[in-house]
Amino acid sequence: MSLLDDHVTTLPGVGVVDEDLERKRFRVHRSAMTSAEILRREVTEVFDRCWLYVGHASEVAEPGDYVRRSVGGRPIFMVRGHRTGEIKVFHNTCPHRGAVVCRTDAGNTKVFQCFYHAWSFNTEGALTGMPGREAYDGGPDFEELSLRPVARVEEYRGFVFACFDPGAVGLGTYLGAARDYLDLVVDSMTEPEVISGSNQYSFRANWKLLVENSVDGYHGPSTHDTYIKYLVSQGSDLRSAGGGGNAGLDLGNGHSVIEYGAPWGRPIAKWDPLFGPDAAAEMERVHARLAERFGEERAHKMAHTNRNLVIFPNLVINDIMAVTVRTFMPAAVDLVEVNAWQLAPRDELPEVRAQRLDSFLTFLGPGGFATPDDLEALESCQQGFRSGGVEWNDISRGMGRRPRHDDEEQMRAFWRRWQALLNGGSR
Amino acid sequence: MSASLESGLDTLRLIGRDQVEDLLYREAELLDRWDLDEWLALYTDDASYVVPSNDLPSGRAERDLVLIDDNHARMAARVERLKSRKAHREYPHSRTSHQVTNVRLGPVSGEVLPVRAEFAVWRFRNEREDHYVGHYEYVLVPHGGELRIRSKRCVLAMTTLRTAGDVAIIL
Repeated sequence: MSLLDDHVTTLPGVGVVDEDLERKRFRVHRSAMTSAEILRREVTEVFDRCWLYVGHASEVAEPGDYVRRSVGGRPIFMVRGHRTGEIKVFHNTCPHRGAVVCRTDAGNTKVFQCFYHAWSFNTEGALTGMPGREAYDGGPDFEELSLRPVARVEEYRGFVFACFDPGAVGLGTYLGAARDYLDLVVDSMTEPEVISGSNQYSFRANWKLLVENSVDGYHGPSTHDTYIKYLVSQGSDLRSAGGGGNAGLDLGNGHSVIEYGAPWGRPIAKWDPLFGPDAAAEMERVHARLAERFGEERAHKMAHTNRNLVIFPNLVINDIMAVTVRTFMPAAVDLVEVNAWQLAPRDELPEVRAQRLDSFLTFLGPGGFATPDDLEALESCQQGFRSGGVEWNDISRGMGRRPRHDDEEQMRAFWRRWQALLNGGSR
Repeated sequence: MSASLESGLDTLRLIGRDQVEDLLYREAELLDRWDLDEWLALYTDDASYVVPSNDLPSGRAERDLVLIDDNHARMAARVERLKSRKAHREYPHSRTSHQVTNVRLGPVSGEVLPVRAEFAVWRFRNEREDHYVGHYEYVLVPHGGELRIRSKRCVLAMTTLRTAGDVAIIL
């Protein structure tokens, strides 16, 4: 229990976010990051009711392909059914007595067999066999005892989401204006695929600090000084950030995005010396193809503008020097498990792919020159909260002007929605 | 085969496990002392330092997502970063203990000596402790009567990085 828990009264979360339009002041009470009671409410009001990212369709391309995940703190698995060819997401528990049915991270199978009593299920989830079925008077109820699908499963352009609330709005409605930014990422690639290998790391701070950090254009120069120096040492021209569109946007429903001119090369399609001289012409061609299909303005956006997108509550897609798909879940008020994958076009030039992979690990990866320093910042904040004396975080930057990518409007968008849900608002 | 190559091969064939252990222990000590310039001097100019993802130990950097894929230039950049006061995750530096064991020499092939060893690296900082466990795959080469490291691949035995958080230190 921290000192801050004292401030939490009967309805946790109420009044934790304080927006004063007159004074242009936006504050978040630090109990939001430290209260176990608030975390319990987040699980029931946010993670049990919002659409959560499960995986990408390219990870289960063939019938019988499956991946095992933890989503919203629950073990589940996603499989492409043999009969329907559709992606199914099941609770990873045997309807008989509970054992986990899918026990490996990924693979291809015709049947999932629970090892405990050898009940077998096909890739559509149907119970197909069990030893000694004559022991059930009148025969077992195969339908009732089949794998239980997650209440809602929908896909938006390859991104598969699940929702544990049967009454939730549809995924399209939920994503709302964020769809346009997912479109920018998807449309810029021919056949996006998840690259093999993933990052599964952790940090010891509150999960919402990573939401803030993901759309925080303000911290770059100070926190990531060593990364910027590294880029310069490699010959990147950081003054080339002419992509324009510096903005921080509230996309509604808690989603938000920052857009800003890329100060580094982008595999689609802003050439940089790091890509090597031979790739310049191919990247020009990619740009021209995009302009032909989507118009020059949108093509320019795809090629030259960075975007860091937050899909409420816990999906971050950074389309920067590479594309990362990152999701995270609190294990405690001050412990978060992060999973990240990399998305890339299947038909990419090998040297561009190599540079994309390289850029990912130097900036976005937990062994790189930037992400460890972000984690340090988040943990440092969490430690600072324990000091007491200061009750509120200030998130007012950029109120009263058109918000920029280095302002905090994009964080306010998250917090407003978070507060509404904790107060029992509609989904 | 040239005379120098032959002498290189002869040198390698005469190398015993004790000499390899001396090198690996020295590397561990330099890392634990944060004597990173000296550490880098143990490597050849064409060296590489690679850590594959936990979930894909066979990962290749040109094709797969890995955690670290440094050539010599980036190893030098990593040293530069870690020596600065702006590598916030490692300022102030962690206290570490690199423990190397089960050292096995592979057969000399070409001009190189493959070596495999188990490792446990402990990191202590800010009242927290992290650990990394796995095995090293080294390729060693003779260099002016000594052994140098041409490549080091650190394959993590942990199924995820959750117990360590990140890989801000050199393993």
